Amino acid sequence: MITAEQKPLDEIREMLAPYRRVLALGCGSCVAECAAGGEKETAALASALRMAARIHGEEILVHEKTVDRQCVREFILPLDDIMGDYDAVLSLGCGAGVQAVADMYPEVPIVPALNTEFLGETKDQGYWVENCVGCGDCMLYYFGGVCPLARCAKQILNGPCGGSVDGRCEVNPDVPCAWQLIIDRLTRLGALDRLERIYPPKNWARKQGSGPRKIVREDQQR
Amino acid sequence: MIMESRLKQVLDQGVFAVTAECGPPKGADPAAILKKADLLKGKVDAVNVTDNQTAIVRMSSLAACALLERSGLDPILQMVVRDRNRIALQSDILGASALGIRTVLCLSGDHQRFGNQPGCVGVFDLDSIQFLQVVKGMRDDGVILDGEPLSKAPDMFIGAAANPFADPLGFRVTRLAKKIRAGADFIQTQCIYNLDRFETWLSMAVDRGLTEQAAILGGLTPLKSAGMARYMKERVSGMDIPDAVIERLAGVPKERQREEGIRICVETIERLKELHGVRGVHIMAIEWEAAVGEIAERAGLLPRPRVPQG
Repeated sequence: MITAEQKPLDEIREMLAPYRRVLALGCGSCVAECAAGGEKETAALASALRMAARIHGEEILVHEKTVDRQCVREFILPLDDIMGDYDAVLSLGCGAGVQAVADMYPEVPIVPALNTEFLGETKDQGYWVENCVGCGDCMLYYFGGVCPLARCAKQILNGPCGGSVDGRCEVNPDVPCAWQLIIDRLTRLGALDRLERIYPPKNWARKQGSGPRKIVREDQQR
Repeated sequence: MIMESRLKQVLDQGVFAVTAECGPPKGADPAAILKKADLLKGKVDAVNVTDNQTAIVRMSSLAACALLERSGLDPILQMVVRDRNRIALQSDILGASALGIRTVLCLSGDHQRFGNQPGCVGVFDLDSIQFLQVVKGMRDDGVILDGEPLSKAPDMFIGAAANPFADPLGFRVTRLAKKIRAGADFIQTQCIYNLDRFETWLSMAVDRGLTEQAAILGGLTPLKSAGMARYMKERVSGMDIPDAVIERLAGVPKERQREEGIRICVETIERLKELHGVRGVHIMAIEWEAAVGEIAERAGLLPRPRVPQG
């Protein structure tokens, strides 16, 4: 899923300063799962904004609404009826959600409430880790299900580098060395010979060769 | 103009090679690097010029190499994949060859997090092994990555680094084999203080026939003090300094610790000279270039041989 974290309240307040009537718009998908922009967090942020305004003697009206998926047009459409009531939208969606709403309502200012972080996994309660860069050409088979592009600080496809000590990464000893994990996994699977091969330079054209990517599937189109 | 890598010629003669390291200045003054280089003249076969080491902005390695080449030293161009994509790396290989630089060391580079530009993009478009392969393809086949031909192939003696002290030990040798298969003609190792571990690694490399395929130069850094040794052990990852070495330094008065550091270094060279599979040493006297000549002298490595070209 896509992970995100809420921006500091002061930064959000600064961006919202010109507006009096604000729609705080949460998203029930990824950012709800990582407790950054779901219904609960949207309500909490809205009340924090109201409280801060009261303390500073400012006037602001903040209404809350959470849609199931802010990055899908169909889920945003119902906002048509209420959008006229607001000066601005404070989106608690990921970067894709913010832009989908902005695209639908070109006249309405939109303020991002979150910093979108990475494509990752929920490891534990309140603990998320990055493990995919969305390269467009998955190589996880070769590396035993551990991605060196996402999890090695130097994106080495022929690792490990000389900084791998006791299974930890030199860049951040809190992080396991991805290459140690790869070697451990492939040893267990009896497939260590996969690492004798020299993996060629990555074809990054699959990720950024023609600017922003799109997927068009005619079988899915009506 | 140097016609062929002096390091290559020395190794081809079967002579135990000596290289040293020279860090470019944090400034634009050519005198700063030429002064260091002067201390190394006649003491070594070639001089590594570091590439923004520890991710600190310095005079470019390529420019500093050109300065050294003009002053009569044979530079080894260190190139890291941290700051340049495949276009820039290949372009600089061509430029280096055009400037008469004949030896390159292909490295990953210290992560940008450790330097003075921690907010930069870490490029890592190629890894060091892929980079070796690209340089070899340029030299041997006269083509760039993906096969397009060059109007003239660069002439490069190609080197790589190896760290016998990082983990996991068994895979270290596999990776060494990959580096050699990718194109490394010579290998410079991480600083050797733990000779037992080095010998274990070396014998594994000998068993795989790797020492026949590439020249291994053992890395050395003379220690200035027990404090420096402790700092390196704790702060430099992949650095293996046994407690016995630190205790030996700490056991002599402070003013004699530099001498003791040199003595340890000379003893290590003596032992490396005896090892089958070691073809030379790489002395990295960090901001202590003056020590290199003394170490080479005391280890019986002077005078350096003359070479046919250069």
